[in-house]
Amino acid sequence: MTVLPYRANAAVEDFVNEFTGGAEVAEGGVDLIAPEIAENGNTVPIEVAAEGASAIMVLAAGNPTPPVATFNFGPLAGASRAATRIRLAQTQDVIAIAKLADGSFARTSSLVKVTIGGCGG
Amino acid sequence: MASGVRPRVKVPRSASAGETITIKTLISHQMESGQRKDSDGNTIPRSIINRFVVDFNGENVLDVKMEPAISTNPYFEFEAKVPESGDFHFTWYDDDGSVYEDTQTIEVS
Repeated sequence: MTVLPYRANAAVEDFVNEFTGGAEVAEGGVDLIAPEIAENGNTVPIEVAAEGASAIMVLAAGNPTPPVATFNFGPLAGASRAATRIRLAQTQDVIAIAKLADGSFARTSSLVKVTIGGCGG
Repeated sequence: MASGVRPRVKVPRSASAGETITIKTLISHQMESGQRKDSDGNTIPRSIINRFVVDFNGENVLDVKMEPAISTNPYFEFEAKVPESGDFHFTWYDDDGSVYEDTQTIEVS
Protein backbone atom coordinates (compact mmCIF):
# COMPACT_ATOMS: atom_id res chain seq x y z
CA MET A 1 0.00 0.00 0.00
CA THR A 2 1.19 3.45 -0.86
CA VAL A 3 0.34 6.34 1.40
CA LEU A 4 -1.67 8.93 -0.47
CA PRO A 5 -0.09 12.38 -0.38
CA TYR A 6 -1.95 15.10 1.58
CA ARG A 7 -5.63 14.75 2.47
CA ALA A 8 -6.44 11.64 0.47
CA ASN A 9 -9.76 13.18 0.83
CA ALA A 10 -13.14 11.87 1.71
CA ALA A 11 -14.53 13.49 -1.43
CA VAL A 12 -12.63 11.01 -3.58
CA GLU A 13 -14.10 8.09 -1.66
CA ASP A 14 -17.56 9.61 -2.09
CA PHE A 15 -17.13 9.61 -5.85
CA VAL A 16 -15.84 6.04 -5.71
CA ASN A 17 -18.87 4.95 -3.68
CA GLU A 18 -21.22 6.70 -6.07
CA PHE A 19 -19.69 4.75 -8.95
CA THR A 20 -19.54 1.37 -7.20
CA GLY A 21 -22.72 1.67 -5.16
CA GLY A 22 -20.64 0.90 -2.08
CA ALA A 23 -19.39 -2.44 -3.41
CA GLU A 24 -15.96 -3.67 -2.51
CA VAL A 25 -13.14 -2.59 -4.79
CA ALA A 26 -10.16 -4.83 -5.48
CA GLU A 27 -6.70 -3.40 -6.00
CA GLY A 28 -5.25 -3.95 -9.47
CA GLY A 29 -6.93 -5.38 -12.53
CA VAL A 30 -7.05 -2.02 -14.26
CA ASP A 31 -4.30 -0.61 -16.44
CA LEU A 32 -3.63 3.08 -16.02
CA ILE A 33 -0.88 4.53 -18.13
CA ALA A 34 0.13 8.00 -17.01
CA PRO A 35 3.46 9.80 -17.12
CA GLU A 36 5.60 9.81 -13.99
CA ILE A 37 6.37 13.47 -14.53
CA ALA A 38 4.10 15.88 -16.39
CA GLU A 39 5.82 19.12 -17.26
CA ASN A 40 2.56 20.76 -18.18
CA GLY A 41 -0.46 19.95 -16.03
CA ASN A 42 -2.77 21.42 -18.66
CA THR A 43 -2.50 18.43 -20.89
CA VAL A 44 -1.40 15.13 -19.40
CA PRO A 45 -1.85 12.08 -21.63
CA ILE A 46 -3.43 9.10 -19.90
CA GLU A 47 -4.73 5.74 -21.02
CA VAL A 48 -7.01 3.34 -19.17
CA ALA A 49 -7.85 -0.26 -19.96
CA ALA A 50 -9.47 -3.18 -18.18
CA GLU A 51 -10.36 -6.38 -19.96
CA GLY A 52 -14.10 -6.78 -20.38
CA ALA A 53 -14.94 -3.71 -18.30
CA SER A 54 -18.24 -2.02 -19.04
CA ALA A 55 -17.14 1.29 -17.54
CA ILE A 56 -14.00 2.96 -16.25
CA MET A 57 -14.04 6.10 -14.11
CA VAL A 58 -11.00 8.35 -13.78
CA LEU A 59 -10.45 10.60 -10.75
CA ALA A 60 -7.74 13.13 -9.99
CA ALA A 61 -7.45 13.16 -6.20
CA GLY A 62 -5.65 16.51 -5.97
CA ASN A 63 -7.80 18.56 -8.35
CA PRO A 64 -10.34 21.10 -7.03
CA THR A 65 -13.01 18.68 -8.26
CA PRO A 66 -11.78 15.07 -8.51
CA PRO A 67 -13.92 13.66 -11.36
CA VAL A 68 -12.15 13.59 -14.73
CA ALA A 69 -14.20 11.32 -16.97
CA THR A 70 -16.24 8.13 -17.06
CA PHE A 71 -15.87 5.90 -20.09
CA ASN A 72 -18.85 3.64 -20.81
CA PHE A 73 -18.07 0.93 -23.34
CA GLY A 74 -20.86 -0.19 -25.65
CA PRO A 75 -21.42 -3.53 -27.40
CA LEU A 76 -19.26 -2.44 -30.34
CA ALA A 77 -16.27 -1.33 -28.29
CA GLY A 78 -13.23 -3.17 -29.67
CA ALA A 79 -11.63 -3.26 -26.25
CA SER A 80 -12.32 -1.57 -22.94
CA ARG A 81 -9.53 0.87 -23.56
CA ALA A 82 -9.42 4.63 -24.08
CA ALA A 83 -6.84 7.38 -24.13
CA THR A 84 -7.32 11.09 -23.57
CA ARG A 85 -5.59 14.18 -22.18
CA ILE A 86 -6.40 15.61 -18.79
CA ARG A 87 -5.68 18.56 -16.52
CA LEU A 88 -3.88 18.12 -13.22
CA ALA A 89 -3.69 21.05 -10.80
CA GLN A 90 -0.69 19.71 -8.89
CA THR A 91 1.34 16.61 -8.15
CA GLN A 92 -1.19 13.96 -7.21
CA ASP A 93 -2.60 10.48 -7.59
CA VAL A 94 -4.66 9.70 -10.66
CA ILE A 95 -7.14 6.91 -9.92
CA ALA A 96 -8.91 4.57 -12.34
CA ILE A 97 -11.82 2.39 -11.22
CA ALA A 98 -13.30 -0.21 -13.54
CA LYS A 99 -16.59 -2.02 -13.46
CA LEU A 100 -15.58 -5.47 -14.68
CA ALA A 101 -17.59 -7.91 -16.76
CA ASP A 102 -18.66 -9.92 -13.69
CA GLY A 103 -19.97 -6.79 -11.98
CA SER A 104 -17.08 -6.46 -9.53
CA PHE A 105 -14.90 -3.38 -9.25
CA ALA A 106 -11.17 -2.87 -9.47
CA ARG A 107 -9.03 0.19 -8.94
CA THR A 108 -5.50 1.33 -9.48
CA SER A 109 -3.71 4.61 -8.97
CA SER A 110 -0.64 6.30 -10.32
CA LEU A 111 1.30 9.21 -8.90
CA VAL A 112 1.93 11.97 -11.44
CA LYS A 113 4.40 14.72 -10.61
CA VAL A 114 3.25 18.01 -12.09
CA THR A 115 5.70 20.84 -12.76
CA ILE A 116 3.24 23.49 -13.93
CA GLY A 117 -0.32 23.21 -12.60
CA GLY A 118 -3.22 22.97 -14.99
CA CYS A 119 -5.99 24.97 -13.40
CA GLY A 120 -4.89 28.53 -14.08
CA GLY A 121 -4.30 31.24 -11.50
CA MET B 1 -19.67 30.89 -25.45
CA ALA B 2 -17.94 28.27 -27.44
CA SER B 3 -16.84 29.47 -30.83
CA GLY B 4 -14.83 27.93 -33.64
CA VAL B 5 -15.67 24.42 -32.53
CA ARG B 6 -14.48 21.96 -35.14
CA PRO B 7 -14.54 18.18 -34.78
CA ARG B 8 -11.82 16.10 -36.41
CA VAL B 9 -12.10 12.35 -36.64
CA LYS B 10 -9.74 9.70 -37.95
CA VAL B 11 -11.34 6.42 -39.00
CA PRO B 12 -9.74 3.90 -41.39
CA ARG B 13 -11.47 3.89 -44.76
CA SER B 14 -11.76 0.13 -44.91
CA ALA B 15 -11.51 -2.92 -42.69
CA SER B 16 -12.27 -6.61 -42.77
CA ALA B 17 -15.45 -7.91 -41.13
CA GLY B 18 -15.21 -8.18 -37.36
CA GLU B 19 -11.90 -6.34 -37.26
CA THR B 20 -11.05 -4.08 -34.33
CA ILE B 21 -9.98 -0.64 -35.49
CA THR B 22 -8.52 2.35 -33.67
CA ILE B 23 -10.33 5.66 -33.89
CA LYS B 24 -8.91 9.05 -32.93
CA THR B 25 -11.01 12.16 -32.37
CA LEU B 26 -10.18 15.75 -31.57
CA ILE B 27 -12.54 18.66 -31.20
CA SER B 28 -11.39 22.24 -30.87
CA HIS B 29 -12.99 23.67 -27.74
CA GLN B 30 -11.66 25.90 -24.97
CA MET B 31 -13.08 23.68 -22.18
CA GLU B 32 -13.33 26.55 -19.70
CA SER B 33 -13.05 24.78 -16.35
CA GLY B 34 -14.95 27.23 -14.16
CA GLN B 35 -11.87 27.39 -11.90
CA ARG B 36 -10.05 30.25 -13.60
CA LYS B 37 -10.38 33.92 -12.77
CA ASP B 38 -10.17 36.88 -15.15
CA SER B 39 -7.92 39.92 -14.58
CA ASP B 40 -10.56 41.50 -12.31
CA GLY B 41 -10.67 38.44 -10.09
CA ASN B 42 -14.07 37.27 -11.28
CA THR B 43 -14.53 33.57 -11.86
CA ILE B 44 -14.87 32.71 -15.53
CA PRO B 45 -17.98 30.53 -15.80
CA ARG B 46 -17.61 26.89 -16.73
CA SER B 47 -18.18 26.09 -20.40
CA ILE B 48 -17.20 22.59 -21.46
CA ILE B 49 -18.26 19.68 -23.60
CA ASN B 50 -19.78 17.32 -21.06
CA ARG B 51 -20.51 14.20 -23.10
CA PHE B 52 -19.08 12.40 -26.12
CA VAL B 53 -20.91 9.51 -27.80
CA VAL B 54 -19.83 7.20 -30.61
CA ASP B 55 -22.28 4.91 -32.39
CA PHE B 56 -21.86 2.56 -35.33
CA ASN B 57 -24.99 1.85 -37.38
CA GLY B 58 -27.06 2.82 -34.35
CA GLU B 59 -25.21 0.60 -31.89
CA ASN B 60 -23.11 2.12 -29.13
CA VAL B 61 -19.32 2.01 -29.13
CA LEU B 62 -18.39 4.53 -26.47
CA ASP B 63 -20.17 7.01 -24.22
CA VAL B 64 -17.93 9.33 -22.21
CA LYS B 65 -19.03 11.58 -19.37
CA MET B 66 -16.61 14.49 -19.41
CA GLU B 67 -15.66 16.80 -16.54
CA PRO B 68 -13.75 20.11 -16.46
CA ALA B 69 -10.51 18.15 -15.94
CA ILE B 70 -10.51 17.12 -19.61
CA SER B 71 -7.94 19.26 -21.45
CA THR B 72 -8.63 22.01 -23.97
CA ASN B 73 -9.41 20.53 -27.41
CA PRO B 74 -10.62 17.17 -26.06
CA TYR B 75 -8.83 14.21 -27.61
CA PHE B 76 -9.95 10.60 -27.47
CA GLU B 77 -8.45 7.43 -28.82
CA PHE B 78 -10.33 4.15 -28.55
CA GLU B 79 -11.15 0.90 -30.33
CA ALA B 80 -14.24 -0.26 -32.18
CA LYS B 81 -15.45 -3.49 -33.75
CA VAL B 82 -16.82 -3.23 -37.27
CA PRO B 83 -19.15 -6.12 -38.12
CA GLU B 84 -20.27 -4.65 -41.47
CA SER B 85 -20.00 -1.61 -43.71
CA GLY B 86 -21.64 1.46 -42.30
CA ASP B 87 -21.34 4.81 -40.59
CA PHE B 88 -19.67 5.90 -37.42
CA HIS B 89 -21.61 8.69 -35.82
CA PHE B 90 -19.83 11.01 -33.40
CA THR B 91 -21.70 13.43 -31.12
CA TRP B 92 -20.34 15.99 -28.66
CA TYR B 93 -22.69 17.73 -26.21
CA ASP B 94 -21.78 21.24 -25.02
CA ASP B 95 -22.79 22.82 -21.69
CA ASP B 96 -24.51 25.59 -23.67
CA GLY B 97 -26.82 23.09 -25.36
CA SER B 98 -24.92 22.99 -28.65
CA VAL B 99 -24.46 19.59 -30.26
CA TYR B 100 -21.56 18.93 -32.61
CA GLU B 101 -21.69 15.97 -34.96
CA ASP B 102 -19.56 14.13 -37.46
CA THR B 103 -20.11 10.98 -39.52
CA GLN B 104 -17.51 8.72 -41.11
CA THR B 105 -18.21 5.83 -43.45
CA ILE B 106 -16.22 2.63 -43.39
CA GLU B 107 -16.15 -0.04 -46.09
CA VAL B 108 -16.00 -3.61 -44.79
CA SER B 109 -14.93 -6.38 -47.12
